[in-house]
Amino acid sequence: MGEYKIRIGLEIHVELATKTKIFCGCAAAFGAPPNSLCCPTCLGLPGSLPVLNRAAVEFGVRAALALNCTVNLYSEFARKNYFYPDLPKAFQITQHDKPLAVNGKVQYYLEDQPVETVITRLHLEEEAGKSIHSGDSIVGSEYTSVDYNRAGIPLIEIVTAPDITSPAQAKAFLEQLRLILQYAQVSDCKMENGSLRCDANISLHGESGQNGEKVEIKNLNSFRALERALAYEAKRQAKILEQGGVILPETRTWDERAQKTVRMRLKAGAPDYRYFPEPDLPPLELDEAWVEEIRAALPELPLAREERYRSALGLTAYDAGVLVRAPHLAQVFEETVALGHEPQLVANWVTGEYARFARQGSTVSGKVLGELLELIAEGAISASQGKTVLEEMFTNGVSPREFVAAKGLTVIADREVLQSMVEEVLQNHQELVKRYLEGEERLLGFFVGQVMQATKGQAEPRLVNKLLVKALTEGRNWQPREE
Amino acid sequence: MRALAEMLSAGDVTSVELVQHYLDQIQSTDQDIKAFLHVDREGALQAAQAADERRKAGTPLSPWDGIPIAVKDNICTVGMPTTCASRMLKDYYSPFDAEVVTRIKGAGLPILGKTNLDEFAMGSSTEYSAYQITHNPHDLTRVPGGSSGGSAAAVAAGLCPWGLGTDTGGSIRQPAAFCGVVGLKPTFGRVSRWGLVALASSMDQIGPMGRTVEDVEILFSLIAGYDQRDSTSCPDSGYEFGNESLGTLAGIRLGIPEEFFGEGLSPEVAARVREAVRRMEDLGAEVRPISLPHSAYSIDTYLTLVTAEASSNLARYDGVRYGLRVEADDAVSMFKQTRTKGFGPEVKRRIMLGTYVLTASHHAAYYEQARRVRTLITQDVESAFEEVDVVVTPTTPSTAFRIGEKQDPLQMYLSDSYTAIANLAGIPALTLPCGKDKLGLPIGIQLMADHFREDVLFWVGRMLERSLKEADSSGRI
Ligand SMILES: [Zn+2]
Repeated sequence: MGEYKIRIGLEIHVELATKTKIFCGCAAAFGAPPNSLCCPTCLGLPGSLPVLNRAAVEFGVRAALALNCTVNLYSEFARKNYFYPDLPKAFQITQHDKPLAVNGKVQYYLEDQPVETVITRLHLEEEAGKSIHSGDSIVGSEYTSVDYNRAGIPLIEIVTAPDITSPAQAKAFLEQLRLILQYAQVSDCKMENGSLRCDANISLHGESGQNGEKVEIKNLNSFRALERALAYEAKRQAKILEQGGVILPETRTWDERAQKTVRMRLKAGAPDYRYFPEPDLPPLELDEAWVEEIRAALPELPLAREERYRSALGLTAYDAGVLVRAPHLAQVFEETVALGHEPQLVANWVTGEYARFARQGSTVSGKVLGELLELIAEGAISASQGKTVLEEMFTNGVSPREFVAAKGLTVIADREVLQSMVEEVLQNHQELVKRYLEGEERLLGFFVGQVMQATKGQAEPRLVNKLLVKALTEGRNWQPREE
Repeated sequence: MRALAEMLSAGDVTSVELVQHYLDQIQSTDQDIKAFLHVDREGALQAAQAADERRKAGTPLSPWDGIPIAVKDNICTVGMPTTCASRMLKDYYSPFDAEVVTRIKGAGLPILGKTNLDEFAMGSSTEYSAYQITHNPHDLTRVPGGSSGGSAAAVAAGLCPWGLGTDTGGSIRQPAAFCGVVGLKPTFGRVSRWGLVALASSMDQIGPMGRTVEDVEILFSLIAGYDQRDSTSCPDSGYEFGNESLGTLAGIRLGIPEEFFGEGLSPEVAARVREAVRRMEDLGAEVRPISLPHSAYSIDTYLTLVTAEASSNLARYDGVRYGLRVEADDAVSMFKQTRTKGFGPEVKRRIMLGTYVLTASHHAAYYEQARRVRTLITQDVESAFEEVDVVVTPTTPSTAFRIGEKQDPLQMYLSDSYTAIANLAGIPALTLPCGKDKLGLPIGIQLMADHFREDVLFWVGRMLERSLKEADSSGRI
């Protein structure tokens, strides 16, 4: 299959996180009781009419700008006509030949190499309701229930050029796209809730011209599914071409359980959507100044942020990458650094202990984390005590300064106190001291641990270290004290 | 209507008496006319009683508080069915009032009931109602026109003082002409379409129908105005009634497009319309021949666009959420059987035509072409209004035809030959009676003006109306 070039294009649907639906005032929310967020317009009752939600346009423009698209100051809505129970008007209001935006691009890294994918177009449309079939599909189900809460939630459809050359790149692209849209605050982009959905098309091109037609794959509900389905499909198509077979243009669906793609329908039988301009909505004409306002207010995007973390803040490439890919961590990082803490030190904390605790769901603000780092910097507590305090901050929401005071946590940095403890530890482990002196230097860690334990973690570890090394080296001919 | 309003105001008559009078008329006459699909006796009397109480308390909602009205049954009304004269929406109750209904209720007008129409307003005779055929009060063997035939016949037969119709290609003006009443198709965007069950969204308008130009003007002033729920509604759409100065027609330029006086026009209709033009000339108007070169294509253009939009607008009647549902083994069969049973033949014909003209392989040749011609027709009209104030034409090629006479749908479509142009261009158009043919059937004259110039139509219409009335009482007609 190495002799075939793979061309992949993606079609992505993203639910915009506006408060209300795109053509009516109903709340656009996930998880409400079925059919509780509906009105005549989103149910398509006779006599109802759509009114465009300005916020949906704003979110769409923001997404378009974040993807480096050209925003069309003139665009039109169109009707896409087809019958389905969850489509209340039996047409979807979308944009067809005059979309909101065109000609964008997304830059991202694939195995540390910079790559780019062209965005062909981005348009606004409305979401359909949700059908729940009693059987596997609408045909043959005994009954189908429909929830129209989702009907009318604003969507953007993003179409890429077919310039993606591998399943891994498709996944990397989609991850970057999600990140950009999350940064631009247009959507939560949760694939598991369907607020980010992706269809892919893939075709194979041989050097000697044995090209396959474009095959579309639907039902890709996770990044992993996208990558695996494309890999499966590339292999399947290559095998057919190698055997002299023909790839027909068709639509296939990813069967998650069987881990393979299955034919839905041949393109020859594809529906004709009979598009025409939506007569109930005037053309969408945007004020250029308004678009520029949105552009100016665009938050920093992932690529720019990663660059800034590496060059301006001096973070390691790894930490910069981790932070940028985890916006909630990046936010805490930014807040803490803004308080004047050293960026790499903050990054260590945030990508390390902080990230570990945050995985359990709760969060701690940058301001509070800053307070903790301050305590450590002041020498009031040790870094290892800091970890304990951070855990308390996450699980019980304590304030670090109050907690340290209440628990009486302090760093034992008293040279004399520690010196006697060091000596006591060495005294109690003479056999190990001997081995250390014979060259088993890793035992130093053990001695440090013993001292820390003896002080319940309150010793200043760097000092303990220093005292131990000093005591051990000075005692190359070290003899137990006389009792 | 002003006389009625004064009587109500003076306490010479109560709204309850008035409503009772019309209910009695409906009771005694409507079995022959069949204008109403639903009569809301209790609702109308209750509203009348409330109006009388407001009058007594000195707090009427408007000068017209308590004067009842009839509403075409494709306009949504809470508490009454809204069937569009279709089996598909038998017993359908809308959960909301149309904006125009909110407005007329806000002015205190009790609603007598819902009037008949061609199913989903598709037709020109009211014969395509799924429930009943409405008869022309001037000759019960003839059609009242359509699709607002119910409201036209009800006004003509004295079953209501005025009514609301809807007009997509002539559906107010053609039946008004056939029934000898006055009707206005307003400027597109001047009356909210919220609550009007859509036929062709880019052309539908709700409009007033009444016995005199003044009544139509009053009712127009009640329903016109901006509505944020209709995205095609224009700001500053309101209309203030109270234009008293009648004067002359001096300074008014009338354009006579010869294209509208050619083949297919009944000589009697032509004669009456030309006579009316002479009358207006006598009143001081200047008459100019004009040309609307693309008007010959208006009916084909109109049919292409109306069927395309209708095929999409009527797709929602699938049995899933409301209206008729024919149970079947699966959803697709349910769609098919529901639509097969729910729609009548004319609706099916138009849905099929509309689906055809939008299909990818025919889109360019039909739908796109029709959009281009629509632009040309609109340009014709715009340049005409650079030269004249009012374009005068017959409203219909003939007077009311006999029930069952037009079996060929194409012949039926030609009834809208002179009216569809106003819908394509979005301009206002008024029809008023200008005499009768030798059978005693009414003839209508159509006056069209530029966007938002309903005021000119009412001015010219009132002058012509008065002139015709004077002539009539002196025995010259
Ligand atoms: Zn809604």
